[in-house]
Amino acid sequence: MLALAIVAISFFALPLIGLIWRAPWSKAWTYLSDHAALTALRLSLHTSLWATALSVLFGVPLAWLLARTQFPGRSAVRALCTLSMVLPPVVGGVALFFALGRRGLVGQWLYRWFDYQLPFTTAAVVVAQTFVAMPFLVITVEAALRQLDTAPEDAARTLGASRWYGFRRVTLPAIRPALVAGAVLSWARALGEFGATITFAGSYPGTTQTMPLAVYLARETNPEQAIVLSLLMIAISFTVLVTLRDRWFGNRHDTAVLS
Amino acid sequence: MTLAAAITCEVGSLQLAVEFAVQPGELLAILGPNGAGKTTVLRALAGLQPIDEGRITIDGTVVDDPATDTFVEPARRATGMMFQQYALFPHLSVLENVAFGLRAHRVPKGEARRRAHEWIERVGLTDHAQHRPGELSGGQAQRAALARALATDPRLLLLDEPLSALDAGTRDAVRRDLRHHLASFDGMRVMVTHDPIDAFALADRVAIIEAGRIVQTGTFEEVTAHPRSRYVADLVGANLVHGVVAAGALTTATGAKVVLADAPPGPSFAVIRPHSIVVVRESPFASSARNVWPGTITELDRLGDRVRLRVDGVLPLTAEITVAAFEALALQRGDSVHTSVKATDIEVYPA
Repeated sequence: MLALAIVAISFFALPLIGLIWRAPWSKAWTYLSDHAALTALRLSLHTSLWATALSVLFGVPLAWLLARTQFPGRSAVRALCTLSMVLPPVVGGVALFFALGRRGLVGQWLYRWFDYQLPFTTAAVVVAQTFVAMPFLVITVEAALRQLDTAPEDAARTLGASRWYGFRRVTLPAIRPALVAGAVLSWARALGEFGATITFAGSYPGTTQTMPLAVYLARETNPEQAIVLSLLMIAISFTVLVTLRDRWFGNRHDTAVLS
Repeated sequence: MTLAAAITCEVGSLQLAVEFAVQPGELLAILGPNGAGKTTVLRALAGLQPIDEGRITIDGTVVDDPATDTFVEPARRATGMMFQQYALFPHLSVLENVAFGLRAHRVPKGEARRRAHEWIERVGLTDHAQHRPGELSGGQAQRAALARALATDPRLLLLDEPLSALDAGTRDAVRRDLRHHLASFDGMRVMVTHDPIDAFALADRVAIIEAGRIVQTGTFEEVTAHPRSRYVADLVGANLVHGVVAAGALTTATGAKVVLADAPPGPSFAVIRPHSIVVVRESPFASSARNVWPGTITELDRLGDRVRLRVDGVLPLTAEITVAAFEALALQRGDSVHTSVKATDIEVYPA
């Protein structure tokens, strides 16, 4: 068991070590302060945070619907809404294109009525990222809602709280750790999004070229820069995971009381 | 101004069909085993479980009547409910818990806190106002839950197994405390419990519920004296004896003396289970039992393989013996007998 576990750890650690080993440390700062790299980084943070916000805004009500209500075809709805987790992202991008593109099912009306084209814009990046990231939030929050004791919510209702007031003041604080975990997972997924983004939004520097796309392109033209950008992404993700783990997931007292 | 409830509903495998009324100032205990539908009754009254048929009227307002499509949301019913495990909000302080209902009713923050403080003082939790529920003992959590339920001035108070979350050691003290706090509430009260002691100590009237039906109602004494089914006999058929304990024995108002194994002095009640009573024809006889009382058989009821005897005398008791023993002794109404019970078989509770 232990030997196999060590193999697993090495499997995750080796690529990281490989990157660090090959990193051009002396030129790192030059690559990082490069205008194109900074633009890609800013765009990535901007779009992934928007995607996370949208995932929370729509994902929490969806999780509530799946966890707390009974309706025919609920399993089918859940499968549909989490399909993009297992779908190849490129397929998701193609599907989005045929739905929201200029000649798409909905996109043609957007174009006709509002003269608006979604594909190949920054908004399209956010849509593509939300499409693949939201399921992570939905399944995390739904699981938390299912495990949650409903008595405090019932108590809130008998005390005169509307469903929304009870949800906001009783349910939401109780599922906070799961909500944060789900949001972090969604954000990480959005930050790393590649396939759906390049298919649906393209790779225009400054508009739709996010970090993963920049890394991929740099790999062809400037491998050293690709390594530096990769390490930067790893550093950001790692820092966020570690920080949030201590601050939220590791808070045993809170979760014990709430569960 | 009363509570009138006719509730028919189906929840899972439970088919509930009950009808009862509660007068202002009255506490009705719904007593029954787990799964009989007790909690569902409370949930229907609170509006957490819509009924399929029937009608619930609180203080003249119809709150649930499927026939006329009337359904008042839980938030708009004048009911307060104390939940089984108290269901306090774990992330809020005691003060915020008690103020929650007032805030939900849009009472301004300062006013809500002031009124919540009054309730907290009334239930003796002033020192714990800023504590989280996780820091409270079982009894304190119960008082916090009671204060929270009463803070919105409900007309109907619902209590779901108010003492079952407590360990046996604190239950007696908390029960006495609860009786004291409930006495100051003049609205209607419905409590569900599976413990006859709770019903005896707190309720004005008892309704026995079994498999979704009320099988018997009345005062505790009425129900105890005339159980109408094997189940009720087992559930509430225990003999309850009031008196004052001194020097290891309880003396009743009529002068009967009950020797106890171990009991603190003071006003108490003793529980003598009918099946722990031995019935003998002759006395005196050599026995290790410390309690022997003379009496006359006034009633005989055969319930399955058992026979219940009412023995009147200085200490009237209901005893339960097997049919074989009953036939061997050839007992008849009017016979003089002695009842006997071991001191260690008697449970004692402070009154």
